[in-house]
Amino acid sequence: MTKQMTTAQSRIVVVGNGMVGHHFVEQMVEALPQAHITVLSGEPRLAYDRVHLSEYFTGKTAAELALTDEARYQSLGVEFHVNAKVVDINKSDKTVTTESGATYSWDKLVLATGSFPFVPPIPGHDQEHCLVYRTIEDLEAIQHSASQSKVGVVVGGGLLGLEAANALKQAGLETHVVEFAPQLMGVQLDEGGGALLKRKIEELGVQVHTSKATEIIEAGDNNRYQLRFKDGAVLGTDMVLFSAGIRPQDALAREFDIEIGPRGGIVVNNQCQTSAQDIYAIGECALWNNFIFGLVAPGYQMARVAASHIAGGDLAFTGADMSTKLKLLGVEVGSIGDAHARTPGALTYIFENQPKQVYKKIVVDAKQELLLGAVLVGDTGEYDTLLQFALNGMALPENPESLILPASDGAAPAIGAGALPDTATVCSCHNVSKGDIISAMDGGACDLGSVKSCTKASTGCGGCTALLKTVVETELEARGVEVKKDICEHFAYSRQELYHMIRVEQIHSFDELLDKHGSGHGCDVCKPTVASILATAWNDYVLKKPHIGLQDTNDRYLGNMQKDGTYSVVPRIAGGEVTPDKLIVLGEVAKEYNLYCKITGGQRIDLFGARLEELPAIWRKLIDAGFETGHAYGKSLRTVKSCVGSTWCRYGVQDSVGTAINIEDRYKGLRSPHKIKMAVSGCTRECAEAQSKDVGVIATENGWNLYVCGNGGMKPRHADLFATDLDTETLVKYIDRFLMFYCKTADRLQRTSVWLENLEGGLEYLKQVVIEDSLGIAEELEAQMAAVVGTYQCEWKTTVEDPEALKRFRQFVNSPEQDENVVFVQERTQIRPATSEEKQAYWSQQKIAVLDATHSETTPHTEPA
Amino acid sequence: MNWQPVCQLDDLIDNAGVCAKLNQLQIALFKFIVQGEAQYFATGNWDPIGEANVMSRGILGSVQDELVVASPLYKQHYSLTSGKCLEDDSRSIPVYPVRLVGEQLEIQA
Ligand code: SRM
Ligand SMILES: Cc1cc2nc3c(=O)[nH]c(=O)nc-3n(C[C@H](O)[C@H](O)[C@H](O)COP(=O)(O)OP(=O)(O)OC[C@H]3O[C@@H](n4cnc5c(N)ncnc54)[C@H](O)[C@@H]3O)c2cc1C
Ligand code: SF4
Ligand code: FES
Repeated sequence: MTKQMTTAQSRIVVVGNGMVGHHFVEQMVEALPQAHITVLSGEPRLAYDRVHLSEYFTGKTAAELALTDEARYQSLGVEFHVNAKVVDINKSDKTVTTESGATYSWDKLVLATGSFPFVPPIPGHDQEHCLVYRTIEDLEAIQHSASQSKVGVVVGGGLLGLEAANALKQAGLETHVVEFAPQLMGVQLDEGGGALLKRKIEELGVQVHTSKATEIIEAGDNNRYQLRFKDGAVLGTDMVLFSAGIRPQDALAREFDIEIGPRGGIVVNNQCQTSAQDIYAIGECALWNNFIFGLVAPGYQMARVAASHIAGGDLAFTGADMSTKLKLLGVEVGSIGDAHARTPGALTYIFENQPKQVYKKIVVDAKQELLLGAVLVGDTGEYDTLLQFALNGMALPENPESLILPASDGAAPAIGAGALPDTATVCSCHNVSKGDIISAMDGGACDLGSVKSCTKASTGCGGCTALLKTVVETELEARGVEVKKDICEHFAYSRQELYHMIRVEQIHSFDELLDKHGSGHGCDVCKPTVASILATAWNDYVLKKPHIGLQDTNDRYLGNMQKDGTYSVVPRIAGGEVTPDKLIVLGEVAKEYNLYCKITGGQRIDLFGARLEELPAIWRKLIDAGFETGHAYGKSLRTVKSCVGSTWCRYGVQDSVGTAINIEDRYKGLRSPHKIKMAVSGCTRECAEAQSKDVGVIATENGWNLYVCGNGGMKPRHADLFATDLDTETLVKYIDRFLMFYCKTADRLQRTSVWLENLEGGLEYLKQVVIEDSLGIAEELEAQMAAVVGTYQCEWKTTVEDPEALKRFRQFVNSPEQDENVVFVQERTQIRPATSEEKQAYWSQQKIAVLDATHSETTPHTEPA
Repeated sequence: MNWQPVCQLDDLIDNAGVCAKLNQLQIALFKFIVQGEAQYFATGNWDPIGEANVMSRGILGSVQDELVVASPLYKQHYSLTSGKCLEDDSRSIPVYPVRLVGEQLEIQA
């Protein structure tokens, strides 16, 4: 090993700031901190996550996709220029020049120019609304074009083409995919897998046309254009997206005499060096062993290798695994190694379940000892296990077919993470092996989060998330660290398990649950949690005798406790709609009881400063005027915010107020793991901010778009688009299922956003459960919701009608006096709680007043004094 | 100190608290059913951390073997027998001896 480059003068210029170029910068800074790095980005921005580019369409912003920013590069001492396309390389002077004429000197030059989308030279390909899918600017153009189109065609049925088709479908377009070959995803899948994928995608409403060669894109009759195929058929469309493969961006190498391969790509050796001295190439522009790697993980490996070589290290690039697992249009697809069984002597096992639409194939060597490849469509549950067999050359079980047969047929259990060798790669994006994870844990990383942040595992494409979790948990268990999901010391169960027990064993009280499954006497964690589950499951009156002691103070007194021990009163104002008469009543009640009035952030009116003993009288008046409890105190539905919608607004396309009121009335009273907020907007201008809610509904010309799992609060999250153009009935059905599935599976105090982020399989899985009913529980969820809806009662109405319950709203059981520590002062002509100094002043004044009146009584006893 | 009557048995709520006033003191009274048997506790109603008279509205429970009440404001736990705050050594609430005479609850305060 030669220490060639350790001087502070090492000037390194990186051309291209894609994912790989950026990874190189990070590696280089670490490997050689004294190097001076200059980044020249051909795009108008610094590196972003191209792998998750499609999330741009589901609401991720360019900033959220960014992998770095100016401040980060500045803090690393990295010089950078955007819009800096390199047009000249001078190998003898060792300089590069950009389009704008700026020249930069280098000691080492790294080409990380990636690739560009191939657009087949079909006549008409270069018209307006004929686009590609590679950069944020491309996506902006697609969005713009889609907004003026009804039909869209994707040319190319590979992995990216299907992703693009998904984007068009989500944008509400009638979507077609045209593929030249006889099957979809020809690179990764075999014929059987491709055929099943096609069927599934067609069921989702995307039309797939295979074996179709497009000859011309010409003006259409009913649409902007039409594609004319070689077989004479035509297909009308308003926009065309090309996704017919990528080509390495090797223009610079071509022009300045750096060796390229016969079909393009900058030739590199195992150190990622090109044919030119001191010039490296990495990522999708590099051709290694006659092969271009179109995935990010191999590119990252090249980045590490080049950085290591420049710093004098000896890493080598020796090829990379091209296995992939993804969800395309909600269909699970996995491909490992030699999917086409091209290895001489290879044998295959195939399992197909047509009714369930699952296709699985494994490819093994002639001796049936090693796994060479696999294809999975419809269910990728075995992916991690199979990949580990393939990557680590682990000996196959005696009946290899057991690896893909359903469990009831005697399948081998998934290999436990414990059985993996330490050399097994867990995360290929960041080249993290099981051994690396173990040493991170030896070094003190004791949970998933810290393992992630110190090894970077699972922060790339995310494909290894599930495996990483099992490895960490298995290792923790092996160390005797209990991976605790217990909700508290009284129950060795998670909330989900408790929910299940309560439902299945028909448990109706806390004591019964504690007797059967718990220990000790409960606490302020398990009691409210169980109370909430009991309410979701059976919907009893929450202040029924055995439940009283379980409720948090807010639920116990049906109001939110304020800092001075008084309560707030929040009647429901469904959808934010309120009549003048009701407004007058609110004002009258507030005036009579001297309550502070405020419009809340949830479109309703909060009355603060009610003493415990005043609550029943206040509520009786409100109920008489037609109000109901607003559940501001409960982990339950809060408000369904609305905008005025088509009734009044000149832009509205649906009645958002009416729908908001119906939804609020339907779900009011549902007790849930955490509070739930919703909103309905009458058009895409989104005045009700539906995309910041747990459930957001936005009107379209054709119905409603449903968004889920957003929130404001401490860590805001935009809701994800879940389904489009629903009619009202389907909308309600999906919300029913969604909410009940959340109630069933979430942790205590877990908002829908955090729940989704922890849900294995994420949004796509949730869609499968709710929309496609993949678990077969949709009917049960709907029935459970129907039971809750059917047993709704206004808790305040029940309470004011029950003399026993009313007894609990006494400040003192033995005296009609009031809590003298509750003292108000005036501010902006309304009350507010007095500060402790103000209280002292108030009490001493009272004392004087009392003495003045020559009463013999002493002042009220004040404990704070 | 004398035993003084504070309330009737049916003023209490199973597994929860109520508040009584005794000589200008606010007293939180709890009926905690432990292994099928009712136990009675009396503490001050003043939450020394939240600075409000709210202890009677807290949730009853146990931490290890200690029977506790949790402040409804900021959730600190106070021992029902010693009054000590489990989260903060320097804080405590007063506790009072309780007894049941017939249907009447009496405390020493
Ligand atoms: C009254 C109100 C503020 C206001 O004056 O506008 C309010 C008041 C409280 N909020 Fe809020 N929030 C209020 C709207 C909001 C909003 C805005 C909205 O709903 O559009 C948000 C952000 C949106 C969201 O939740 O996604 C909001 C995010 C929170 C959070 C943070 C939640 C999170 O997931 O990060 C908490 C803390 C918690 O729930 O754990 C919280 C907790 C509270 C509590 C319960 C704190 C407490 O324990 O005392 C306050 C009770 C007030 C009371 O006595 O009624 N409040 N709170 C609003 C009542 C709306 C209503 O009509 O029911
Ligand atoms: C929609 C989409 C989904 C994908 N999904 C996956 C996936 O799930 N898994 C996976 O592994 N991979 C996926 N990929 C592929 C992955 O994004 C690429 O492998 C990876 O981005 C390659 O990184 P790179 O840095 O080599 O190239 P790029 O990211 O293309 O970056 C090259 C950069 O160099 C710039 N450049 C080019 N020429 C010049 C010049 N002369 N001067 C200055 N700058 C220049 C370009 O403008 C560009 O910014 C996906 C790609 C797309 C488009
Ligand atoms: S933001 Fe904080 S202070 Fe304001 S209402 Fe919400 S919880 Fe209370
Ligand atoms: S394999 Fe891509 S993040 Fe781990």
